Amino acid sequence: MMATNQNVTLKAYRYDPDVGQEPRYDSYQVPIDETTTVLEALYYILERVDGSLSFRSSCRSAVCGSCAMFINGMNRLACRTQIVALNSREVRIAPLPHLPVIKDLVVDMAGFWEKYERVRPYLITTVASPDKEWPQSEEERKAIEEAIDCILCACCHSSCTMSWWDKGYLGPAALLKAYRFAADSRDQAGLERLRLVANEDGVFRCHTIFNCTEDCPKGLSPTFAIQELKKRVLWKKLTFQM
Amino acid sequence: MIHHQVIVVGGGLAGLRAALEAAPQVDTAVLSLVHPVRSHSGAAQGGINAALANMEACKDDNPEKHAFDTIKGSDFLADQDAVEIMTREGPACIIELEHWGVPFSRTPQGKIAQRPFGGAGYPRTCYAADKTGLYILHTMYEQVVKQGVRVYDEWAILSLIRDGDTCCGVVAMHLPTGQIEAFQAEAVIFATGGAGRIYSNSTNSHICTGDGMSIAYHAGVPLKDMEFIQFHPTALLRTNILITEGARGEGGYLVNRLGERFMEKYAPKAMELAPRDIVSRSIQTEINEGRGFEDGCVHLDLRHLGREKILERLPGIRAIAMDFAGVDPIEKPIPIHPGQHYTMGGIDCNYRGETGLKGFYAAGECACVSVHGANRLGGNSLLETVVFGKLSGARAAEFVRGKASSQGNANAVEQALARVVAETEKLRSADGKEDPASLRLEMQKTMADKVGIFRTKQELAEGLAAIQALQKRYREIRLNGRQKRFNLDLLRNWELKGMLDLSEAVVAGALAREESRGSHSRTDFPKRDDVNWLKHTLAFHTPEGARLEYKPVTITRFQPEERKY
Ligand SMILES: Cc1cc2nc3c(=O)[nH]c(=O)nc-3n(C[C@H](O)[C@H](O)[C@H](O)COP(=O)(O)OP(=O)(O)OC[C@H]3O[C@@H](n4cnc5c(N)ncnc54)[C@H](O)[C@@H]3O)c2cc1C
Repeated sequence: MMATNQNVTLKAYRYDPDVGQEPRYDSYQVPIDETTTVLEALYYILERVDGSLSFRSSCRSAVCGSCAMFINGMNRLACRTQIVALNSREVRIAPLPHLPVIKDLVVDMAGFWEKYERVRPYLITTVASPDKEWPQSEEERKAIEEAIDCILCACCHSSCTMSWWDKGYLGPAALLKAYRFAADSRDQAGLERLRLVANEDGVFRCHTIFNCTEDCPKGLSPTFAIQELKKRVLWKKLTFQM
Repeated sequence: MIHHQVIVVGGGLAGLRAALEAAPQVDTAVLSLVHPVRSHSGAAQGGINAALANMEACKDDNPEKHAFDTIKGSDFLADQDAVEIMTREGPACIIELEHWGVPFSRTPQGKIAQRPFGGAGYPRTCYAADKTGLYILHTMYEQVVKQGVRVYDEWAILSLIRDGDTCCGVVAMHLPTGQIEAFQAEAVIFATGGAGRIYSNSTNSHICTGDGMSIAYHAGVPLKDMEFIQFHPTALLRTNILITEGARGEGGYLVNRLGERFMEKYAPKAMELAPRDIVSRSIQTEINEGRGFEDGCVHLDLRHLGREKILERLPGIRAIAMDFAGVDPIEKPIPIHPGQHYTMGGIDCNYRGETGLKGFYAAGECACVSVHGANRLGGNSLLETVVFGKLSGARAAEFVRGKASSQGNANAVEQALARVVAETEKLRSADGKEDPASLRLEMQKTMADKVGIFRTKQELAEGLAAIQALQKRYREIRLNGRQKRFNLDLLRNWELKGMLDLSEAVVAGALAREESRGSHSRTDFPKRDDVNWLKHTLAFHTPEGARLEYKPVTITRFQPEERKY
């Protein structure tokens, strides 16, 4: 591990489409101690060095999903990434790959949300709701335990090679959301849920490269969710139910 | 110019709930600084209160008991009619959330699970592990998608437009392009969240800068009870990231350097689950009197809960402690100290969200209804967002249906837009001698040091003078981000003016209130004084600073009594 209370060089991707210049990396010297996070370093630059730097952030506690960026070769949350843990004298920060850049580290998430909406991301029930809560056993609740933890930061979406080549592919985040409902004992959408993902822009596009799972800052496995959905789709098809 | 009948500002729980209520009835849109799921509500951990009586240990619970606990917790400053409405509406609102898909944790019988929280007579806090806010916020946004409610995200409102005694819209800046636009509306609901970031030691998100409060204040709407700032007992050392009260609800201990469970001395019955004002004062006393650990903290010890319970009920807390303090609570205690957490005060409104300005409503943490009075009970804030979000959305829709369109206000709207464009251009090119980041830091430190857990006349007077000096220096600031797109420098320094004015309102109210009540603890006036101070503070913005007035507290059934836990 590096000695603390010293400077690191932080190189940040800079691009403003309003200014007719090619993207570039600007270098900054940032003082750090053993706990300084990448997000704190970005605030240091914004406040002390260069007020024109743009990035997103909100909760600084790894739950809002705002500050996903490409940091030293990997998609990560800036707020959760301690600089010493990167074990490098240089920190190189770029916007999430394969998303259009609005400015500097801020990407356009419109495509991401459009895919999210395509899976009908909400609980669907067909019979009248009870007066009280829908009953759900602790066991049943366990089945969605992981999938509900997704914070929609788009780290997986950006690292998925299949999403790069097939712009129509739902991608790992939307499919994880689809699984979250398919696996929820209260959801009554049935086959409809599976049909939404049972096509070449859905579960069959996944080539199990595991980039999404490797880059998930919450330790979730969209790959698992996709294969689980695939299994259900295959079973329905093999048994002529779909 | 863009027009919608109802404009909801804020995509957190209060805003989304208001929009879901109004949208089926009238043309409604949400404007939000961040995408709704990035809102601060998503950081809420421990849970949401309602007297569902789902557990054996709370089978005798009911909304009336919930109301009493809330009012006692508020040190009798809450308006009792509003509290009764909140606790009565609570159970149905929770069931609605569940029907929308919120993945609450479950009892062995398959019902929504409830856990004990501070100041509550029963386990009343409905929870979903320790990520209740995340799950409710995402579920609420899913309903927004389902209903097709129009959302304008990454639009920062800069100003409220009024025409005489009527509100007729907002002026907002689109961050990705820098474009400034007027949004005309027959009704505007503010659900813009708290102002925690006026303090240096806040548990709140970076975006909790109190914009809605300051914008309303500048538009002539008074702020109520701003001196009541909640300090949460357990903020993580250094980052101030919150460690939920649920950790103590599940049985966690607070321990000082001598290994004592010191709450014994301060609240022998309730112990760690006394209300937050009391626990925070106790921790601060331990630290001040030299019984804290060397970094100025005490320990929150969860080890005796055992691995399994921690993994099942508090997985988020474990991740936070490991990621941000390098401590695994299964093996080691968590270093914590009190941190600013919640703004009890806010835009003066009633339980339907109505303010003194026609067509202008407020809900959620930016509002002061008031249901929290001088001290909020944990778990009541999420409840407030859904109950009063719903009621204000309903009221705004009703108001709009009974009203002609506001096209008549076109002049006022044009003028407001022109004024804001000119002011932002001036700010963008500001080239004075003051560095705004230093002003911000000094403001935050002043608030933490002089307007903290324990307060005295002298320190408050010093604090007020310091904030007023910063307000003067603000006029001389210098910006260095000049671009149109995503100009954080511009946004943050527009906000800074509002934060300074809010700070001033907090200190002025605290200096004037010569008693101790709830979170407002004056060591020079250690007793509650119902004869002179059982009343709400109202702060009005004037060019000379905050002007204070007072108004009575509504008392229905519960006569003020001494608070003992
Ligand atoms: C860490 C933490 C944990 C908590 N845990 C609990 C808990 O367990 N139980 C409980 O009851 N309470 C809890 N609270 C309190 C509770 O989370 C908040 O009070 C509540 O979520 C506030 O919701 P809101 O909708 O009023 O505001 P927020 O969720 O803060 O939303 C504010 C919205 O306003 C928008 N906005 C702000 N400024 C502007 C602007 N200028 N222009 C446009 N939009 C703007 C933002 O984009 C955002 O969408 C917790 C608080 C913290 C800090």
